[in-house]
Amino acid sequence: MMAEPMGFFTDTTVCIGCKACEVACKNWNQLPSREGGGGELSGFSYDNTVRLSGTTWRHVQFIEQFDEPYDAAGRWLLMSDVCKHCVQAGCLEVCPTGAIIRTEFDTVVIQSDVCNGCRDCIAACPFGVIDMNPVSGTAQKCTLCYDRMSVGLEPACSKACPTDSIQFGTISELRARADQRVAALHEQGRTEAYLYGADPNGHLGGLNAFFLLVDEPEVYGLPREPKLPSRNVASGSLLSTIGAAIMGLVGIVMLRHRRADEVAAEEGRGVAPPPPPASPPPPVH
Amino acid sequence: MGSNMAENHPVAFRWPMKAKMNGAKLIHVDPRFTRTSAACDLHVPLRSGSDIAFIGGLINFVVNSERWNTEPFFRDYVVNYTNAATIVRSDFQDTEDLEGVFSGLKPEPSAGIEQWPYNAFVGTYDTASWGYDRPGGVAREDIDADQRKAATMRSGEAEDATQPSQGAGDDARRSSVPPEGWDAMVRSLKPAPARRDPTLQDPRCVFQILKRHFSRYTPEMVESICGTPRDKFLEVAQSLLDNSGPDRTSAFAYAIAWTQHTYGVQIIGSAALLQLLLGNMGRPGGGIMALRGHAAIQGSTDVPTLYHSIHGYMAAPSALKEHDTLADYLRAEVTPTGYWANMPKFMVSYLKSMWGDAATAENDFGYDWHPKLLGDHSHMASFAAMVEGKIRGAFIVGQNPATSINAKLERDGLRKLEWLVVKDNWLTETATHWYAAPEVRDGSVKVEDIQTEIFFFPSTQIAEYEGSFTNTQRMLQWHFKASDPPGDCRTDTWFYYQLGRRLKRMYAGSTLARDQGFLNLVWDYEPDPQSGRVSHTMGEADELKVLREINGYYTGRPKEHLPGFAALKDDGSTTCASWIYCGCFPSWDRNLTAARTPDPPGTPGAHLGWGYAWPANRRVLYNRASADLQGRPWSERKRWVWWDGSRWTGYDVPDFAATKAPNAPANPNGIGLDALSGTDAYIMKGDGKGWLYVPSGLVDGPLPTHYEPVESPVRNALYPQQQTSPVYKHWRKGADDNRIAEVEDPRFPHVMTTFRLTEHYLSGAMSRWLPWLAELQPELFVEIGHDLAREKGIANLDRVVVSSPRGAVRAKALVTHRIGVMTIAGKRVHQVGMPWHWGWAGLVKGDIVNELTSLIGDPNVSMHEGKTFVCNVERA
Repeated sequence: MMAEPMGFFTDTTVCIGCKACEVACKNWNQLPSREGGGGELSGFSYDNTVRLSGTTWRHVQFIEQFDEPYDAAGRWLLMSDVCKHCVQAGCLEVCPTGAIIRTEFDTVVIQSDVCNGCRDCIAACPFGVIDMNPVSGTAQKCTLCYDRMSVGLEPACSKACPTDSIQFGTISELRARADQRVAALHEQGRTEAYLYGADPNGHLGGLNAFFLLVDEPEVYGLPREPKLPSRNVASGSLLSTIGAAIMGLVGIVMLRHRRADEVAAEEGRGVAPPPPPASPPPPVH
Repeated sequence: MGSNMAENHPVAFRWPMKAKMNGAKLIHVDPRFTRTSAACDLHVPLRSGSDIAFIGGLINFVVNSERWNTEPFFRDYVVNYTNAATIVRSDFQDTEDLEGVFSGLKPEPSAGIEQWPYNAFVGTYDTASWGYDRPGGVAREDIDADQRKAATMRSGEAEDATQPSQGAGDDARRSSVPPEGWDAMVRSLKPAPARRDPTLQDPRCVFQILKRHFSRYTPEMVESICGTPRDKFLEVAQSLLDNSGPDRTSAFAYAIAWTQHTYGVQIIGSAALLQLLLGNMGRPGGGIMALRGHAAIQGSTDVPTLYHSIHGYMAAPSALKEHDTLADYLRAEVTPTGYWANMPKFMVSYLKSMWGDAATAENDFGYDWHPKLLGDHSHMASFAAMVEGKIRGAFIVGQNPATSINAKLERDGLRKLEWLVVKDNWLTETATHWYAAPEVRDGSVKVEDIQTEIFFFPSTQIAEYEGSFTNTQRMLQWHFKASDPPGDCRTDTWFYYQLGRRLKRMYAGSTLARDQGFLNLVWDYEPDPQSGRVSHTMGEADELKVLREINGYYTGRPKEHLPGFAALKDDGSTTCASWIYCGCFPSWDRNLTAARTPDPPGTPGAHLGWGYAWPANRRVLYNRASADLQGRPWSERKRWVWWDGSRWTGYDVPDFAATKAPNAPANPNGIGLDALSGTDAYIMKGDGKGWLYVPSGLVDGPLPTHYEPVESPVRNALYPQQQTSPVYKHWRKGADDNRIAEVEDPRFPHVMTTFRLTEHYLSGAMSRWLPWLAELQPELFVEIGHDLAREKGIANLDRVVVSSPRGAVRAKALVTHRIGVMTIAGKRVHQVGMPWHWGWAGLVKGDIVNELTSLIGDPNVSMHEGKTFVCNVERA
């Protein structure tokens, strides 16, 4: 029996970058820290976990947008990123072992004991969410705390979020709440606010983890038009295998490109600012 | 201002974010653009340490604005609820008269007595001339009660006291309890009323004095001193004024960045002054919120670990003041008008909690057994003494002085101890300094030369014990134990309870007079076997018994708890450790600190059923001021507490005599609340008024004044003749281990401010050992602006050396636009900032930023100036 679809609404306008979500996630899911808790300063603002990975299932981005110190127009965008639990999930589509399943909550979960570590899903994900967990040797990502949800508890990250930037609930309720929030922000003059992934008729059938953003999707490292691997190749097993491989390569390259862009962005918008939004960002449906 | 609330109080920051969602405007005034700035509507930069100039500018803006001068609300509030109309003594002279100092300055250093010369004042004030003009005279010694308190308060001991009084001894069996009762003594202290001018025209009334005092604080002056662009300053000023009045209130939230200065108390005082002028005190959504630096540090000042006060903010008895007997102590400390007139009840009940049956009227309730101060025993004073070998042993529990202020000096102090006890979760820097400190590793100190015997006791963590937190709202919340501690870890309660028991056994049988207080000390926290409160840990005390003692009970009937502090008596018939907490546990089976009933959604939300906020479960202090002179709410929107025709009522517990009508006159012969009228909302003050001007209680001036930090790259633009506070504290002045940079020292041209990150806690002793936290901020860094980075050829992540006159540390550069260069008095000044969470122990290690800081401090409270000093930054 399918329960009502559940998910996250992440309102980036009230995120304070405290990383409680990252810590609560690692705590609940017993995920290892990098290098036993050591490591080096990344130099990317206050972000030292750098990206979503097989061991970091929630990741807070720190995007500094300043041309000068104390610039009135300057912003420090903070955004807690997570698996989008796509209604049409590329990872699920390509998984050869059936390890990736859609749950009764309409979320997407990788079953670690069935995963053979082939990495197809890593390439198939248009958001770069999935990665290998070196401890388990399998691909891993956010489960939307399937174990907690199964006993009626809310996921660890949203539970820990002090400002309710991460909200958990039924998709229908979250969408209603998110629409109200956008309307309220528009009323306050913050017309740049929009929802990413909230439209069930949009890309990938909508995202069960959707976001309220105030800048172009690319600024947050999100694709403007996320696509399924199957849409890009003709049907047929051979072609789709080749296609998946190509997509995988493209995905890796894209990841590297995005990383490079972020590095450039971090090293000073004054030097090479990304193009300013010419028009209000088109909502991603 | 003065707080990075989103980063350091993220859970409490939930509420500003809720307010923002409801349309509130959030403003962050801070040297750095932080995660708090990111969440606010407006970030306003200012140079670290220039807060009084900024707030002084706001005060000047407000009192000269048209709205403030024409809207009746402001005048009604200020004339009736503050001391604006009170007239000050004719011999008072302001900084405007004396180019930067107040009347009464004695510019010579004052160290204190020979046995404990650690008061460290660079100068002192005779504060008598700051008092109110009382033509009828004052009760005693030509100073009124407030003034007497000031002269004897905290660190400002009487200068002619060169020897500690002998006290105690066999004379302990004596009584100073007045046969006619304490009330008569309190009545005898009553001063004549102060003169007032409700038209606020008298040139010596408080309002005219403060208006003159702040007249120099123009937007141009603010820009010059603070580096704040004029338009941003004016936007703040206008927003604040627009958002104050009968229908609206504004609040300030501050934290350590207002306290860690040589004038920190005055910064907070300037905000209090501004909020009183704007009518933002005693009202919902108003006030000044002190965001405390640790989870329960409010509790640690209420039931204090502070040296200078005892439970409930009573002054600690001092050997240097006129505190020889209980009557002397009360005569010196009681304010005869206002609620503090009840102090004999608080004090006698406290002494009963200390010595139980042994405390009788015949022996002054054991007052002579109470320890007495010799001077400044604060952290920095104690380490200055330790360095000189004056302290034999120390307990370091939940603190990490090996990484604290002027860290090398503090470690030098630790090495002079005969014994050192460290109780913590991990082997902190303080536990390992004897073999791992930098000076030991580089060979300048040899392990074999360290004679200190060091003991380490592993400690429980929060979820492993039961107890109460008192949060920043003065709210006590009981918390329960989730699991037993591992191994030999013990609670602090266990440790001190067992230490006390063992010491009592060692002293048993002693006939020495000095030991009698210890032998008579009530020390009964053993769980009753039938109570169901016996811990799995052998020898654990019953934490609830401690809370019962703090709440208090009728003497001899410990099961009959006191319902509240109104029940306290001054004859020994009540026992209560901390009067302000009295009522939190009002009967044997009602622990209100464990109450968890929130108000339903959509109601005003005082949440009186959630926890217990002292005093008397009030959520907003001085809330009589939320109603107008007739006792009606100032507006429907800001309704909170009001007069219903026969008594005070409202959403909150009224902070006023319950049935005193708004038009009730003061009783000219009364003491306590009788001496106050129906509009005297500030009931803890002797005159019932909110103090715009502080006639007593502070040692560095009745009004806030901008001074430069002790270390500054610029001259004082406001008062060129007076660079710093004339009375700050400077320990080890002239010593090599505590050198201070001269003003404009070219070797140290930058302003350094220290800060904390969400990811770590204080010195890191609770976070650097946790992998999930350590990976989030793995290395020490210094935030520097792009301009400085270009000038010095420093790239992001380059290794740099940051130096001050005390030392140097290595760190990585984090080059950012969130901090940068400012123009101060026409001079380009770079600001840089460093988090100070690292040390040599733990999973992530780094240099100790406190190697750079110095033993200088605030004259009122001995807080250091770690928030602002000068430094240099170079590529490593």
